[in-house]
Amino acid sequence: MLGKIHSVETFGSVDGPGVRFLIFMQGCAMRCRYCHNADTWRTDGGEEMTADALLDRAERYRAYWGSEGGITVSGGEPLLQIDFLLELFDKAKQRGIRTCIDTAGQPFTRREPFFGKFCALLKHTDLLLVDIKHIDPAGHQKLTGMPNDNILDMLRFLSEQHQPVWIRHVLVPGITDDDGCLHRIRAFLDTLDNVQRIEVLPYHTLGAYKWKELGMVYPLDGVQPPSAARIQNAEAILGVRR
Amino acid sequence: MKVCIPETVMNKAWRGFTGRKWKEDINVREFIQSNYTMYDGDEGFLAPPTDATNRLWARLQALQKEERDKGGVLECETEVVSSLTAYGPGYIDETLKDLEQVVGLQTDKPLKRAFMPYGGIKMAEQAASTYGYQVNPALHKIFNDYHKTHNQAVFDAYTPEMKKARHNHIITGLPDTYGRGRIVGDYRRVALYGLDYLIQMKEKDLFYCGGRNMSEEHIRLREEIAEQLRALKGMKAMAAIYGFDISQPAKTAKEAVQWLYFGYLAAIKTQNGAAMSVGRISTFLDIYINRDLEEGTITESEAQELIDHLVLKFRMVKFARIPSYNELFSGDPVWVTLEMAGIGMDGRHMVTKNDFRFLHTLENMGPAPEPNLTVLWSSRLPEAFKKYAAKISVDTSSIQYENDCVMRPVWGDDYSICCCVSATQTGKEIQFFGARANLAKCLNYALNGGVDLNTRQQVGPEITRVTSEVLDYDEVMHKFNAMMSWLVELYVNTLNLIHYMHDKYYYEAAEMALIDTYTRRTFATGIAGFSHVVDSLCAIKYAKVKPIRDEEGLIVDYEIEGDFPRYGNDDERADEIAIWLLKAFMKKVREHHTYRHSEPTTSILTITSNVVYGKATGATPDGRKAGAPFAPGANPAYGAEKNGLLASLNSVAKLPYEFALDGISNTQTISPNALGHNEQERVDNLWHILDGYFDQGAHHLNVNVFGVDKLRDCMEHPEKPEYANFTIRVSGYAVKFIDLTREQQLDVIARSEHTFL
Repeated sequence: MLGKIHSVETFGSVDGPGVRFLIFMQGCAMRCRYCHNADTWRTDGGEEMTADALLDRAERYRAYWGSEGGITVSGGEPLLQIDFLLELFDKAKQRGIRTCIDTAGQPFTRREPFFGKFCALLKHTDLLLVDIKHIDPAGHQKLTGMPNDNILDMLRFLSEQHQPVWIRHVLVPGITDDDGCLHRIRAFLDTLDNVQRIEVLPYHTLGAYKWKELGMVYPLDGVQPPSAARIQNAEAILGVRR
Repeated sequence: MKVCIPETVMNKAWRGFTGRKWKEDINVREFIQSNYTMYDGDEGFLAPPTDATNRLWARLQALQKEERDKGGVLECETEVVSSLTAYGPGYIDETLKDLEQVVGLQTDKPLKRAFMPYGGIKMAEQAASTYGYQVNPALHKIFNDYHKTHNQAVFDAYTPEMKKARHNHIITGLPDTYGRGRIVGDYRRVALYGLDYLIQMKEKDLFYCGGRNMSEEHIRLREEIAEQLRALKGMKAMAAIYGFDISQPAKTAKEAVQWLYFGYLAAIKTQNGAAMSVGRISTFLDIYINRDLEEGTITESEAQELIDHLVLKFRMVKFARIPSYNELFSGDPVWVTLEMAGIGMDGRHMVTKNDFRFLHTLENMGPAPEPNLTVLWSSRLPEAFKKYAAKISVDTSSIQYENDCVMRPVWGDDYSICCCVSATQTGKEIQFFGARANLAKCLNYALNGGVDLNTRQQVGPEITRVTSEVLDYDEVMHKFNAMMSWLVELYVNTLNLIHYMHDKYYYEAAEMALIDTYTRRTFATGIAGFSHVVDSLCAIKYAKVKPIRDEEGLIVDYEIEGDFPRYGNDDERADEIAIWLLKAFMKKVREHHTYRHSEPTTSILTITSNVVYGKATGATPDGRKAGAPFAPGANPAYGAEKNGLLASLNSVAKLPYEFALDGISNTQTISPNALGHNEQERVDNLWHILDGYFDQGAHHLNVNVFGVDKLRDCMEHPEKPEYANFTIRVSGYAVKFIDLTREQQLDVIARSEHTFL
């Protein structure tokens, strides 16, 4: 089977534990207004690669991984290519490689055939990094163009399965940084028992140029990155341990 | 001839030390292996700076500020020719001199630059006049009319072709206007044996030298040993000026540090080499400190103070330089390179508490470019030490890493790094430093029939020019190979001549006195423009490169159609050309006679001269514009790396060290945010990167951890106090960012922008 790969990065140090090989999958159904990888949205692009070819490539950097590092599959939305992911992680585990998925959870559903595959995938997954884009359903819909009920459901399911997760929240001034929402995220997280770590990712504009390259209007033009005080505030409310 | 140290002296100085061979002959390595104590713990034992350290360092910082405010030089000597005993005692501050645990300055005043004419009187005078000092005309007369200097001798003998190649910067940075440096005396011998024993041993060598067969070689060696003996006696006299008698071995840690430093001081009073490394002294000194700690005669705080004060002295080494030298080696570096860690031949790691103490000086007294602290890395080093070294890198960007596991099989376990990346066996071996050949320019010569684009002179052989509309890989390779053969022959011959004259007119008697009389010699060559040649050949092979010619028919620029693999992406197609280039160059070097039975080596190292070399080189087929800086050392070209840091490291790691025994320099800048979320993660990720890189056989890595914003702000606001000691690693050494020329600052910024955010 072939996966559609947008690109790889040989040195990832903030997307999962230790030093990691990052695989960016092509395609995403969400249309987050702050997306810094808008060039990964299209589902028909990307370089087609087999799981083995990708793992061979990743293993060239195994010497740097130590006892914690490994591969992280990001995107795009990796769960859109769950069949490929299953094969990739199955083979990765055969090679003794630690695996991590960086997902926004949008494709998650308890319906088949997805659900069975997802359960199988978890068997080969060491850690999930899950983005909570917005806790409020309407806010989520507005920000990403998609509902969030299934995403929160995925987190509940992962908790039931005791599957370790890191929670990430991108802090966008005026959109995802109001105290009410942050408190609601915290309250939701308090219902879970599998959260190993919470990260606040300050919004940045480094991906804005990609929108222009793709001939699209950047919807957050003029929005500045959050101040240090707002970041601290968010970290305090969400209970981030540094 | 029986040579020995009196038993009463031995019993006292060597109390508690074990081993046998080192007592019967000069053998510092054996002494270290028999007596050092491995340390597997963490940095918890370290002591903060003492009040004396704080006061002396504050005074030195004030002097450094004064120096900067005066345009980079505090004071130049104009009356006295530097020698071991030219000056009375000098101190950091006359009123604080009782606080100095280690004493001795190059001149009578701190940061005052000595007058050292033997490398070349013209340069010595120019160095002074650049900063507004006029050397006494009597000295001008002496060194022009009565005494020849190295520089004049070299130019007497240079062929017209050599002068032309030098003028056109195809071979450049040559040690013909300054001391060649890179000769590391085994300064530890002064502490372990004392001067009297060392003198007796050299007298014995002189006695037996050439008696049966007085060849030219032996005559010269006899004269050199005599010079060495004079230097040893001079060292004793120099120490006596400071009130010390170093004729006997050191009895305490404090004496060992002081004795060793006197050995080094003798070198820097008599030679102004580009690199004046102090060598592998950390483990050695730990043995003395450890003994005193066990005997209860010093405390950890006093031990740290000794190391802090020794490092203070290393931070004060200065030479008077001319502007063209500063363009090559920017920021006033002296390469007081000092090694730590490594693994012994018997498999024990060689990390001692002293390695922590030396790294800790960067915390006690803040970051600094000197001494050039070098960690000899192995993934088998104790984890606590790896973490501490990585932490110091993350906090100060002041240290470099070199792979002990590729060097140990070649140089053993007692080598020193004699500049940035060049190993020599301490006390057993010297290196003839040979700057570098500009291979990017050589490629241009190959395309343009040996004509230099900048001067329009016919410099290389007049082979037929490339006349095709699109460059043909086979044709270019054929011509490039031929041009490289010409260049290497000329280059090696030029170096032979330079080193002959250096030995004759500027012999390093003080350093050589602390090295075995029958020494092994290596002959170091070097490559500049490495990644640009590799990428150019890749472009010609895998894309369509159309030369653009001027009215004289010379190729001055290129149009590139299509993509091509570039060195720095872990792409075999490009990396195999890189490996070929290194091997081809080295094989050509080996074809030639090298001076004084030396063994040829090469390096891929440019120091900061990548900017000057690039400036003098026309456009290259990889798309690099005329005059644009080269990538430094073995670094991939700016912007070539598209797959992240580790792909870039993997490409460099593929270069076989066996073909570049003089070193393969790589400098990388990582933004703190890209290295980890917090200090703990940054430290852990960094040491894993080092393990992965070096386990694959890579040789060297300079690690910088800062963002481009900081560099920009520092360039615009150098007056901010927090930037006074802001240190960064450049190719092969560390430098205060504010001491670089604006051009080089911009180059560092441009390079950092291309790397890993």
